[in-house]
This record gives sequence, structure tokens and C-alpha cells, in this order.
Amino acid sequence: MNEPIILTPEEARARKRRNFWLALAIGLFVLLVFAITIAKMKAGGG
Amino acid sequence: MADVGITETRVASAADYFALLKPRVMSLVVFTGFVGYVCAPGRGDAVLGFAAILAIAIAAGASGALNMWFDSDIDAIMTRTRGRPIPSGRVAREETLMLGLTLAALSLVTMQLAAGPLAAALLAFTIFFYAVVYTMWLKRTTPQNIVIGGLAGALPPAIAWAAKTGALSLDAGILVAIIFFWTPPHFWALSLLQKDEYAAAGVPMLPVTHGAKATRLQIFLYTLLLAPLATAPLFTGLGGAIYALASLAGGALFLFLAGRVLASRAGEGDKTQDRRAGILFAFSIFYLFALFAALLIDHGSAP
Repeated sequence: MNEPIILTPEEARARKRRNFWLALAIGLFVLLVFAITIAKMKAGGG
Repeated sequence: MADVGITETRVASAADYFALLKPRVMSLVVFTGFVGYVCAPGRGDAVLGFAAILAIAIAAGASGALNMWFDSDIDAIMTRTRGRPIPSGRVAREETLMLGLTLAALSLVTMQLAAGPLAAALLAFTIFFYAVVYTMWLKRTTPQNIVIGGLAGALPPAIAWAAKTGALSLDAGILVAIIFFWTPPHFWALSLLQKDEYAAAGVPMLPVTHGAKATRLQIFLYTLLLAPLATAPLFTGLGGAIYALASLAGGALFLFLAGRVLASRAGEGDKTQDRRAGILFAFSIFYLFALFAALLIDHGSAP
């Protein structure tokens, strides 16, 4: 069985920060796709 | 492309990942793309325009990351690039490759959704040209690397133009040509100052392969082409009064500074002579910014 990877407190904090930025980026991308869809529907395009 | 020795161990921050996207290059690309979008005919939708420019920015970031992934061996040798996230050991090469590929895919999806197939295809071509044709092939094989590779940096206004209108035009081509012919004098002025570093890294930049004198001549010749070419928007109606001032005065000053470099011994180890190339490099950035800002003002103030 593989040994579990134990992060140092600094590594755990860095991972948390990176995850925050990733989640924010994904959330903004979803919003962008939504806004593009609405804009195209208003313009009557596909 | 050898493995790079880790010179520092520190946990990577979000800023390190952002640095992989070459934010300074990205800002110039976004600016020229934005101007291309504003100058293109028709009434663009603000949301779709924002999405198209964002897609160009993300694609530029993806290209930067793919470049840093492939060039990490060169970056580790040159002083200017030694502190980048990969050579300093803060981000792994594989992570950078994945970041670049993911962002490239995201940018293409966004552009296709917002602007359709022509803009998306042009964007895909630009990423491919920069990451594969320039970075993986031209940069390490020919002193014409930045001349041909410059096409990737020149295309964003045309991509934005296509995003707004769904087509290309002579004016879009002129904007591309201006950046294309601006690139050699801009980069060669810098490479005169970093000749030894390029030589140490094995990059066949013009001053390394043909010497400083030939480079100074090429800088002048390209400026001779660029200065009149940059006035072309005056004849097609793309540029107005402000653009006339920027292109004529800026072109004259660019020619003067390139002439001073031609008459100098810049790139031959004399710091006072090198200064002329440094001034030309700095001015070249201002010149391109001024040309595109002038177009923006002319179009912003048009009735």
C-alpha cells in the first residue's frame, strides 16, 4: 500500500490558495458562457 | 530542451502561475486586439466583444506558458529569464504544459462561442504558430526566428476584427503588417544588448550569427519599411488626424533613432554605444502603443 502524502502546513495553505483561484476561475468561466449565451439569444443568433 | 536544475525551493503561489502567462506580452496583445475590435466596422455587442478580447488574452497566456514549458533550458541560462517560475524551481514543467494546453482549449471554446469559426480558427493558428512553429522550430534554428515568428504577435487585431465582423479586410491586414514589420527592429534592438546571453544559450539571434553590424543595418532597413507602411491607414480611412500625427512624427523619430543605432557600434561591448539600442528598444514600445492609441482616439471621437 502506498504511503499517504502528508503536506506541510505551508504546502496545505498554498494548495488552499490555489484551489480558491481555480474555483474562482471556473466560476467566472461559467458566468461568461452564460453571458455569451444571453447576448447571442438577444442578437437572435445561434 | 534539457531538464532544468532546481535553484530554489518555495511553494508556488497563484502569482507564479500568472507569471507563466507572460502578462506583459499579454497586455500588449490585449491592447492591439481591443483597438482592432473598436476599429472594425459595425456595432459590436459589448459582452461578445469582451469575451473575444478575453479569449485573445487567454490564448496569449497559453502561448506564453507553452513557450516557458519548452524553453525552460534556455531560460535557466539567461539572466533576464533565470528567475522565471520553472528555472527557479517553483513550478514543474509538466504543470506548465498542462496549464498551457488547458488555457489554449478554453480560449478556443470561448472564441468559438462568442465570435464563430473564423476568429476561433485564426486564434488556433496563432497559438500553434507561436508555440510550435516559433518556439519549437524557428527560435533554435534560424536568425529569421523573430521575423517569421512575429506573425503570431501581429495577428491579434485581425482576430478581433474577424470576431466583430465575421470577415477580414484590407484594414485588418494593414494592422497585422504594421506589427509584423515593427517586430524585427524592436527585438533586434534588445538582442544587440543581450548578444552574449543568446550566444551562451545557443539561440541563433541575428547579432550572434551575423554580428552586430549586420543587425544594426537590418534594424534600419526594417524601420525604412515600417515608417511609410505605418501611414497606410491614412489612405484607407482607418486612421484620422491623431493617427496622422502619431504615424508621421513617430515614424520620423523611429527612423532617426534607428539611424543613430546604424551609425553606432551598439552591440560591440561599449556601454555608451549600447545605450542607443536601449533607447530605440524603449521607443519602439512607445511607438506601437502610440499608433494604436491614436487609432482608438480617432475612432472614439468619430461621429
